Amino acid sequence: MDLFHTIIAILESTIRVSVPLIFAALAGLFTERAGVFDIGLEGKMLGAAFAAGAVAAVTGNVMLGLLAAVLISVLLSLVHGYASITQRGSQIVSGVAINFIVAGSTVILGEAWFRQGGRTPALSGDARFQTVTLPFADAVRDVPFLGPIYSELLSGHFILTYVAFALVPFSWWILYRTRFGLRLRAVGENPSAVDTAGISVIWLRYRAVICCGILCGFAGAYLSLAMSAGFVKGMTAGKGYIALAALIFAKWRPVNIMLACLLFGFLDAFAIRLQGNPLPLIGQVPVQLMQALPYILTVILLAGFIGKAIPPKAGGVPYVKER
Amino acid sequence: MSNPYAKLPAWAEYILIPLLNLVVAFLVAGLVVLLVGENPLDAAYYMITGAFGRGEYIGFTLYYATTFIFTGLSVAVAFHAGLFNIGSEGQAYIGGIGVALACLWLDKTMPWFVVFPLAIIGSAAFGAMWAFLPGWLQAKRGSHVVITTIMFNFIASSLMVYLLTKVLKPLGQMAPQTRTFEAGGQLPKLDWLMSIFGLNLGNSPFNVSFLLALLAAFGVWVLIWRTKLGYEMRTMGHSPSAARYAGIGEARITIIVMMISGGLAGMMALNPIMGEQYRMQLDFVQGAGFVGIAVALMGRSHPAGIIPAAILFGMLYQGGAEIAFEMPAISRDMIVIIQGLVILFAGALENMFRPAIGRAFASIGRRSVAAAQTRGA
Repeated sequence: MDLFHTIIAILESTIRVSVPLIFAALAGLFTERAGVFDIGLEGKMLGAAFAAGAVAAVTGNVMLGLLAAVLISVLLSLVHGYASITQRGSQIVSGVAINFIVAGSTVILGEAWFRQGGRTPALSGDARFQTVTLPFADAVRDVPFLGPIYSELLSGHFILTYVAFALVPFSWWILYRTRFGLRLRAVGENPSAVDTAGISVIWLRYRAVICCGILCGFAGAYLSLAMSAGFVKGMTAGKGYIALAALIFAKWRPVNIMLACLLFGFLDAFAIRLQGNPLPLIGQVPVQLMQALPYILTVILLAGFIGKAIPPKAGGVPYVKER
Repeated sequence: MSNPYAKLPAWAEYILIPLLNLVVAFLVAGLVVLLVGENPLDAAYYMITGAFGRGEYIGFTLYYATTFIFTGLSVAVAFHAGLFNIGSEGQAYIGGIGVALACLWLDKTMPWFVVFPLAIIGSAAFGAMWAFLPGWLQAKRGSHVVITTIMFNFIASSLMVYLLTKVLKPLGQMAPQTRTFEAGGQLPKLDWLMSIFGLNLGNSPFNVSFLLALLAAFGVWVLIWRTKLGYEMRTMGHSPSAARYAGIGEARITIIVMMISGGLAGMMALNPIMGEQYRMQLDFVQGAGFVGIAVALMGRSHPAGIIPAAILFGMLYQGGAEIAFEMPAISRDMIVIIQGLVILFAGALENMFRPAIGRAFASIGRRSVAAAQTRGA
């Protein structure tokens, strides 16, 4: 029974750390499927987390915080869009630039406005997301096996957690069952065909980039308004890159993305749990190996040793109408 | 691929446009300073006096510049072959192992000029090795070098934490670093060079690896514009299909270029490890690999542009410390913003002003032609 509770606890923290990855990887799904590569997920998430923390601290309203996160993230996406769609600059260079600009300015502005060493003031009450207890969670707690699964694993998360998991089928539906989704995928594979059909490649790609901004905003808001109570400098700590890895690992498909994020989240949760405790049979595993595992797995996948990850065909290439 | 922009005179192409992009980047950085409630002109004053005001400050500026020349060259070499190596950071980090091993092995018995060449070879070899895998994966398995090098940066950082806490740390020491090197693992400073100009180096760690950086810059110029390999690289960078028709082995070039790029990045480790700290510490690279991206973009991937760009970033690092001292609201993170803005304006938005400048040149051209005609009539 003790092992069972340990497993439940690990899975519970797996869900908690996977949520920002799911938001960010789905964000990447929208732009990359439209042919705009985005290394700037990390920066957008960080900017959104800062905006959320700052606005929620000043106004005391968590929803305004979320709104600010989405606004800032969309704004950064539009910078990326302007550079890589309108100006036809390198998408990778633009993403790298955004990561640095955000990493620096969140610290400088945070320190100038709040003077707490790059943090925003700690949030409490209405300024932060509260956990949601699902109906009957307390009543069924004592039911063997299923009780703890329902009341501890599924219940008691933030509303954004449920939103993240609901977004997975919703993104699938948008991409595969709507006209917008069909065109979005088409513009990532063969933009000139889309152009020939009389649909604006530029506007379509801008819309994809905006979708990405909105979702990165949610990812950032989750970090500073739900997972922790306020913004801490550099709090994304490479999650944007892990999300990017998950996106590739999932071969740019929504349901796979959720599974990949859960896998990477599990590795993370497991590594924290493992600290100092040797594994049976294998013995002591260095924590650093566990931390590096998502990246190692992605490299192995990219090398084509576990299936083949084929990116959208027109990805990374700015569209030039024939002159 | 055809260039969608009108051809400009060389001086506009190589001087006017980069300068304009740089000025815009600094103007936006000035806006951030205003937003924080400080005067950007004062900040600029503190930065320039902080970077060049005294011999010691110049020494620090050039010390940082040394690091950025290496990483800038590393990124630039890959650019010429159409590859974007974001992994200079990780390659420099791993390169440190080569330096540390050479020093730990021989520092007690050999003088620095014996250890230094070995450390150079070691750092370049380890850096190249860390770049080999992404290069090989791109060449043979088709995985994109940008993504793999990002992943390798993270793997390198985990690996180094492991090595420094478990393997290279002396027994009974808490801090995750190697032991301090003896005289053989310490590079001499360049005070004689500074004293030619009547400057006193003070405490600054400006050392021999600066000369190696200049040598590397010259070497890169020779490689890219004076050798067959360089020609093949540039051909591949301009047009992979043309390179293929010309019978240039794409896979071979990709792997070689990535290894050269990684080797240059790895050599960066000489400067902080043998030149300043005399030991290998956690995180000694401190983002220099990423600064290299900004330096390469600003220097237009040419050694003659990379050296001034590296000195500019050296100035930002050294002068930035001085600003942080005078204006507490502006910490060293300001440099990260400027770095990002330079990458944005000199890299992703490099063509923003091109149409306008092209039009301006075209209209000047027309007007002078018209003027010549009226004079003739």
